[in-house]
Amino acid sequence: MDRRTLLIGGLGLAALATTGCVTNKGATSAAPATAAPGATSTAAATIKAAWIYVGPINDGGWTQSHDEGRRFAEKELGSKLITTYKENVPEGPEVAQTIETLVKDGNKIIFATSFGFGEAMLAAAKKYPDVKFLHATGVWHSEQPNFGTYYGATEEAKYLAGIAAGKETKANLIGFVAPFLIPEVIRHINAFTLGAQSVNPAAKVKIVEIKSWFDPTKERQGADSLITQGVDVIVNGGDSPAPGEAAKAKNLGWVGYDSDQSANFPDIWLTAPLYRWGPYYVNQIRTALEGTWKKEDYYGNLKDGFNYLAPFGKRVDQATRDLIEAKKKEIIDGTFQIFKGPLKDNKGAERVAAGAVVSADDLQKIDWLVEGVS
Amino acid sequence: MNDSFLMAILVSALFYGTPLLFAALGEVLTERSGVLNLGVEGMMLMGAVVGSVVSARLGGPSWFVLGVAILAAMLVGALTALLHAFATITLRVEQTVSGLALTILAGAAGLSSYLANVWQLRDPVPHQFTRIDVLGLAGLPVVGPLLFHQTFLTYLSWVLVAVGSWYLFRTRAGLNLRAVGESPSTADAMGLNVVRTRYVHTLAGGALAGIGGICFSLSIVPTWQDGMTAGRGWIALALVIFGFWRPVWVMLGAYLFGALASLSLTLQAQGIDIAPEILDSIPYVMTIVVLVAVSAGWSSRRLSAPDALGTAFEREAR
Repeated sequence: MDRRTLLIGGLGLAALATTGCVTNKGATSAAPATAAPGATSTAAATIKAAWIYVGPINDGGWTQSHDEGRRFAEKELGSKLITTYKENVPEGPEVAQTIETLVKDGNKIIFATSFGFGEAMLAAAKKYPDVKFLHATGVWHSEQPNFGTYYGATEEAKYLAGIAAGKETKANLIGFVAPFLIPEVIRHINAFTLGAQSVNPAAKVKIVEIKSWFDPTKERQGADSLITQGVDVIVNGGDSPAPGEAAKAKNLGWVGYDSDQSANFPDIWLTAPLYRWGPYYVNQIRTALEGTWKKEDYYGNLKDGFNYLAPFGKRVDQATRDLIEAKKKEIIDGTFQIFKGPLKDNKGAERVAAGAVVSADDLQKIDWLVEGVS
Repeated sequence: MNDSFLMAILVSALFYGTPLLFAALGEVLTERSGVLNLGVEGMMLMGAVVGSVVSARLGGPSWFVLGVAILAAMLVGALTALLHAFATITLRVEQTVSGLALTILAGAAGLSSYLANVWQLRDPVPHQFTRIDVLGLAGLPVVGPLLFHQTFLTYLSWVLVAVGSWYLFRTRAGLNLRAVGESPSTADAMGLNVVRTRYVHTLAGGALAGIGGICFSLSIVPTWQDGMTAGRGWIALALVIFGFWRPVWVMLGAYLFGALASLSLTLQAQGIDIAPEILDSIPYVMTIVVLVAVSAGWSSRRLSAPDALGTAFEREAR
């Protein structure tokens, strides 16, 4: 074996591989703006904002919805805002490097949209006090004045979607494809189940936990297994449309998550809980521009439009739509609480006494499934 | 009868085993020539993304679009494999390194995702491989769902298993191929063209991995998603060992692995509490058991890997 050839070839391939896997290219859009005539002297004329994404901007789900938020902010703030984004940034040491680069490029407000970016964001906030760092889905609630978190109470929209599913099911058995049974997902399953049972007390929810955040084949396999067990509505816990394909093959109703697939699955579509990030981004950037920005740990909901439901499919009749609309109003004006006792867990033990409401803190670490989930 | 638990598992074994079968069958051809290609995952994703764009953009009747999609996936799979062939056969790069590089280059955060981004693939593809009710026999008990209600891809894979077995063990070319994989210098002395044989079979392996990819993007999950194969290229590699480099055994293994993946979820849905991690790890455990058994001399010598697997061939170095 010619060792030199091997070495050179190996190095070449390694180089190829390295360039191949790093695709976190930045794209700067919106022309560099000059100070608008007549701008007030106290507020900054323009601001540079940057987004760090864990996935590609066309993932049809999570990252795409954030990027829509970024473009919404561009549209709203026009020439006052210059945006940059970095996509496919892995949750690892690369994040710190990416943040450094973005700060050096003069970005004054940085949004990171994946859970695993939290620690690096907090560390950077301490290092660069004049830059604002905002982290989605995080739990790093800290006193750091230039660091904030943002996410939302998606369980409200899940409850409403549950109503549509509860009306749809004839077998009184709904299948939920769950990624991991962590508190966030358990909260969603519980809210969904309570929603379904609110209109159909006999409704039960069967879950499979596929133990992966991203494996579309397994998501479909999970849905297939549930269908074999007799469920007649499929619900997504992750955002791949694959479970919808399983439902479509058997002509069963489908509740999506995180992306509006109503146009792609017209015959089986019920609805889906969705996120709207744009207004939050606009608000953060605008207050930063005006010098009135204040640190907050934002938790959005149906009321402020952060969470909303995708358009209903034709399987959802008008009476059900009205019912959902009415419930939505009650949730928004605070007259209805989803996690209100009496609630039992799926082993039959009472978890919440009659009249009591699960506290926000307890919801964040909920580890029991409500009655009717198996 | 056709709704029973066992039937559900068998039907799903065939459906989810098909991509594994294509990829593993291709890898059998490649490894039989003495080339180990760990880039299966990358080649599958390349086939998947190209199949997706053909289905999304090409006009015409479904049979035509899907036919072109298969050919395009084979072509791009073969081209991806060509990188590996050039690196390992011509440049004699370490095969493991080159194969890994190929998976990274073409894989989840690489070329396939880049192309999907450029082509703006995000909706379910308009032309998909769905189950065909052959001769209206899908309703027959047991054999109906298994034999007469599969996608075209599954039928194609059966043809390829038959052709592959015949080629490997019943033809002169297959004999030559095995000779090259066992002892390239002897084959060379016999007057066989070792380099050409290895190139052809590495490319053929890539082409089949490409079809394996479109099983995901045009049948199972018919919407492009970055990295959608989610590690099944590696299962295919394990399958080649598990199937002793034989097409028919590989087919049985593919369906066994497919059944196990569904079994863990179906048992869960039935409320039977077995940690899914245990069932999910069985394919790998079984592969290790086979490897141990083979290397411990428990099985006969002829069942094991091509002798020259993973080694470069250099004429002067005989």
